Amino acid sequence: MSAKIVAGVATSHVPAIGAAIDLGKTNEPYWQPLFRGYEFSKQWIAAEKPDVIILVYNDHASAFSLEVIPTFALGCAAQFQPADEGWGPRPVPTVIGHPELAWHIAQSVILDEFDLTIVNNMTVDHGLTVPLSLLFGQPAAWPVRVIPLAVNVVQYPPPTGNRCYHLGKALRKAVESFDQDLKVVIFGTGGMSHQLQGPRAGLINRDFDTRFLDGLTADPRALARMPHIDYVREAGSEGIELVMWLIMRGALDDDIKEIYRFYHVPASNTAVGHIILENQQARL
Amino acid sequence: MSTSNPFDDIPGTTLFDAQRSRQGYHLNMFCMSLMKPENRAGFKANEPAYLEKFPMTDEQRQAILKRDWNGMIALGGNIYFTAKLAATDGLSFQQVAALMTGSTQDEYAKMMLAGGRSIEGNRSKADRK
Repeated sequence: MSAKIVAGVATSHVPAIGAAIDLGKTNEPYWQPLFRGYEFSKQWIAAEKPDVIILVYNDHASAFSLEVIPTFALGCAAQFQPADEGWGPRPVPTVIGHPELAWHIAQSVILDEFDLTIVNNMTVDHGLTVPLSLLFGQPAAWPVRVIPLAVNVVQYPPPTGNRCYHLGKALRKAVESFDQDLKVVIFGTGGMSHQLQGPRAGLINRDFDTRFLDGLTADPRALARMPHIDYVREAGSEGIELVMWLIMRGALDDDIKEIYRFYHVPASNTAVGHIILENQQARL
Repeated sequence: MSTSNPFDDIPGTTLFDAQRSRQGYHLNMFCMSLMKPENRAGFKANEPAYLEKFPMTDEQRQAILKRDWNGMIALGGNIYFTAKLAATDGLSFQQVAALMTGSTQDEYAKMMLAGGRSIEGNRSKADRK
């Protein structure tokens, strides 16, 4: 018996997408093409029925201010309330954790020399809840347990892509050494190209995004070596969030099957990218 | 152009690094305080008096009072924090972005619909010369 990571999902987590869902605007002409791009994914995850999602995301000055800035923070609580980001909390279900697996992961990866922060009390903002809404819609309760993994990408420097990629590998080892049969899907969120600040706000780089998606599938080791400045220069100051996708990728097989890809500009200020990658070994 | 910090070569972009985080700590923590409704009310009732609670420089206070969004960033503000001040004013993220780029909201929204700001000519200050 063991837990297994069967697939990885990457998606942007734009707050305006959450607002469009919450305010019933998904059929408006501006939003329709975006939500159509997630129809396949909703069916896919409904059929996949994971027991647990490890959801890699970043907090946007909601649970963490500048008082404490953990590079990697693992949510080990039984539940996580949606954060009030200034307009009241999103009207989405409470996120139910998996403390037993989360604590097992914490112990395993710390002994594997990834010194992450253990969090027993935190709210979760749009970075975590928008991906859940995109994949599961508006259920009365989320149909899956969620282990939040918050990554600092606000205060420079964030972790390197390479560190993220190898943390993914340690996460996989941790999951596979857990002695319960659990089907796990890992999410990497944020990105793609976008810049929210200063005179260069609104930057979008479709070529960079396409190359990133190609590299994520085919050659993640090369992608993991990309330095921070290339992200900031090419994908915008907030495009640096893409390092989080490499945690997801590191937790998968070297050779994976890309089963779905979607790309759309714009959602508010952002290029939306989405990809689903399946592990082959776990399915044998 | 030679710069000691290679990130300074990226046009129109301010990296929220250690130096700026130290410089902007109280400005950003002021913004963070606006997460609470009672603090938003207190700030709106008397902005200068509310700002006195935070040990900022006069320049930082003026940038806040004038809603100089790029000025706040230059003085150590971080966009995810200053966005809380924008939310207090009832502005969306896209409205603030438009203000920082010097365009109207309509122009900015049209640029995004047309595929966003091009990377061509926006990679490097040195390359622009």
